[in-house]
Parts: sequence; C-alpha cells; structure tokens
Amino acid sequence: MKAVGILALQGCVEPHVRVLRSLGRDAISVKRGEDFEEIDRLILPGGESSTMLRLLERFSLFEPLRSFCLSRPTWGVCAGAILLAAKVEHPSQVSLATVNVLAHRNFYGSQRESFSTEVRSSLFDKPLSADFIRAPKLSPLASTVEVLAEYGGDAVLLRENHTLLSSFHVELESDTRLHQYFLSLEVAPR
Amino acid sequence: MDLRTGLANMLCNGVIMDVVNVEQAKIAEGAGAVAVMALERVPADIRKQGGVARMSDPRMIEEIKASVSIPVMAKVRIGHIAEAQILEAIGIDFIDESEVLTPADAAFHINKKTFKTPFVCGACNLGEALRRINEGAALIRTKGEAGTGNIIEAVRHMRQITSELTALSQSEGSQYESMAREYRVPVELIELVANTGKLPVPNFAAGGVATPADAALIRQLGAESVFVGSGVFKSENPERVAKAIVEATTYFDRPEVLLEVSRNLGKAMEGIEMGTLPQESRLAQRGW
Repeated sequence: MKAVGILALQGCVEPHVRVLRSLGRDAISVKRGEDFEEIDRLILPGGESSTMLRLLERFSLFEPLRSFCLSRPTWGVCAGAILLAAKVEHPSQVSLATVNVLAHRNFYGSQRESFSTEVRSSLFDKPLSADFIRAPKLSPLASTVEVLAEYGGDAVLLRENHTLLSSFHVELESDTRLHQYFLSLEVAPR
Repeated sequence: MDLRTGLANMLCNGVIMDVVNVEQAKIAEGAGAVAVMALERVPADIRKQGGVARMSDPRMIEEIKASVSIPVMAKVRIGHIAEAQILEAIGIDFIDESEVLTPADAAFHINKKTFKTPFVCGACNLGEALRRINEGAALIRTKGEAGTGNIIEAVRHMRQITSELTALSQSEGSQYESMAREYRVPVELIELVANTGKLPVPNFAAGGVATPADAALIRQLGAESVFVGSGVFKSENPERVAKAIVEATTYFDRPEVLLEVSRNLGKAMEGIEMGTLPQESRLAQRGW
C-alpha cells in the first residue's frame, strides 16, 4: 500500500502525520514532483493559501498537483480547501479548481473570531470537535457537491466525487474519525 | 486544542517578516510570507537610534492589517499589559511580547492566559521557554540577537533548547521535582515535556536571520518556522531576498534548491560581529 501524502510547502503538516500513523498508515511530506509517485491520496493542510500558491507556481508543482487531485482522493483543510476550490474571492486568487466550490477567504474574521465548536455531520452518530481558525466560507457551486455538515447555515464539510473539503480543523484534536472517512474514499469508476 | 496554539500550528514551515509600512507588507505577502510583523522601526534601526522602543502607533498597524490577507502580528514591551490590551482591541492576530522593545516591567511578564489573542515570546533556554508557556505563550521563538544580521545567537539558543529537551526526556521521574524547581514551573509541565520530548507549542527561530542559508541552517536545527526582522528590508534587493528566504525555509533540506535561490541576491544587510557588541546593548538579556 502506498503512503498518504501531506502537501508540505507550508502549514500544519505534522499533526496529520501523527493522526495517520496512529491509524496505521504511512504518511509522507510532499514537496517535489517525484513525491507524487509514492502516494495514493493527499491532504492539503491548513496554513496560508497565498504562500502555498506562490511556492506551487515557483517550483512548477501546480500542474502535477492538479492532475493528482483530479485522479486520486484528496482532502483540502481550510487553506487546502481554498487551493482546491473552483473560485476564490476576498481577495480573488488562482486555484487548482478541482472541485465545484466557491471559497471566501477569512470569512469568519481574524484570529479574535476563531472558535471551537461541535459540528454534526451525516457521516457520524456523534458530533465532530471542530476548530475554525481564520476559516474560509465554502459554498457549493453544483448539485454534484454533497454537503456533509453545516454550521450556522453554512456548509463546512463537503464532498464531490473523491474530493473532500473542510473549512475547519480536526487534526489538532484526538478525534480521528474524519481521517478514517478520508482513508475510505475511493475514486468512482467513470 | 487551544485555538491560540492552533494558529501557531498553521504558521509552521513558513516565514514571518518585519514590515514598517503598507508597501513592505505587500512585498512580504507577495513573496509568500505566512504573516507580517507590523512595527515602526526594524530592530537594526532601534539599535542604531536608541531611546525607549514602544508599541507602534495603532493606526499604522491597522493600515497594514487592512492591506494584506495574511495574519498580522505586532510587538508589545515585556510586561506591558495595556499595550497588549490595545493590540487585542485592534483585532491583531498574534502579539509578540518582545525583548526588542524596552521592557516595561522588571518583575513580571504578561499573564498571557487572560487574553484571547495568542502570544509569541522569546527564549534563550528551556527554562525560559517553559516559564513563558506556563504564562500562556502559544508559540516560542529563539531570541537570537535581533538587528545584528548575525545568526550565531539564534543557533546557540536553538541548540540549547534542543539539548535541554533531550536531557529532560532522558531523566528519571524522581528528578522532575527538582527540575521543576530549577526551571520555576509546575511539575506537571515538566512531566508533559519529558514524556513527549518536545515543547507543547511550536518552536520558531528569530534574531539574526539575513540570508536563505541562515533560514535553512536554523530549520535544520529544528526551528519549525523563521522570523526575519531587518534581514529583508535592510538588504539591497528586499523582494528577491524575501522570496529566497521563503523558498529556503520550505526546501531547507534540499541543497540544490538552496543553491538556486541563493544566487545573485545582491548585498545582504550589513550585520554586526558579536564581539563588537557591548553586553549592555544585547537584547537577548532582557526578560528572564
């Protein structure tokens, strides 16, 4: 079995590695084109999307990353979700556009407005412990996007085919259920 | 998870740059900085000009905050609770209780647990780091020697913290009480760090980073991110140097990338040899 990759250009990489290893999966940092050969699915972690974007372009990783995300299970967390969204605003920026979602950066405000809460999802019996840290707002742009959890009337956990997006973090908590769900995602046959 | 440490985790593997105006903030953001530190004078100028260094004018901080989409940090004097309250009222993302400014309290650092805004504090050794964490710091950075463009003190502090962490994780449970007394922190914190072998908050580097190679060096020694003060905007080509330091911070373990990004950057900031810096003007001695 190939490893799970975590895009490691910048951001919250180590906590995902820890969770995945606790689930018995090998996890590796991805920051070079050849790293994609070693992995069968990828997490784009939280951090600063503008930083990651600049490094993707600078080191010619934009296209290899995009083609991986189009063909394999991918989970974008917070900044990672912004990178994957079809459209980004406030301010607008380039994105990989592999999922039909609109991302509104820093929608929930700056750090003073960051919060932890419980989020109910159709995936699980019990709510998830969710950290919203300078979080974006994510809105579906097509009916192919399934909203798996809402908070305050907004979609916060979404899936389209093999791509999962969350505006919140679970990797800083001891709850591993969302990682387990991500590991179970498969690419639908065309 | 404490959300204050949560944001510190998001800043990992990145570069935080000192900026003194909107134009510099935009250059930093465009170069890929994960955050900017808004201040009126970079450490090299504070050092040169002397006088009491205080929190910057809130209006200048607000202008910078309005001009970028990345987090904005600002500095308060050690122990200056009111300056920290003012920054929190602005809605700043991170507060640096910094030895670069003139200390306001000779006995106490700020009780950082009473703030919702996360704090970063400098440390030269493990005891100092743990005392700051016990006061509520969400992030630790080496003090280094700010405004010198000389990496030697940051290297010294990073190595010191790492070797003390190793010693603590190898010590016996029966020694925890005496270590807690020595470090002046609760024994529970000693136990936690002994069991995990690492600080319970991220550990960044600051003070003297002037080149991409400096950033890579301190990353190889364990720094999870890098603060760059005077190193960017006191260089000949700030934009190029800023980009190169960001790239070197990510690819710190890839010499071929370090070579490529280090080429043709122009003159780095001048810098100060430690031997010529009198003891009384060393900023790392501030705080305890």
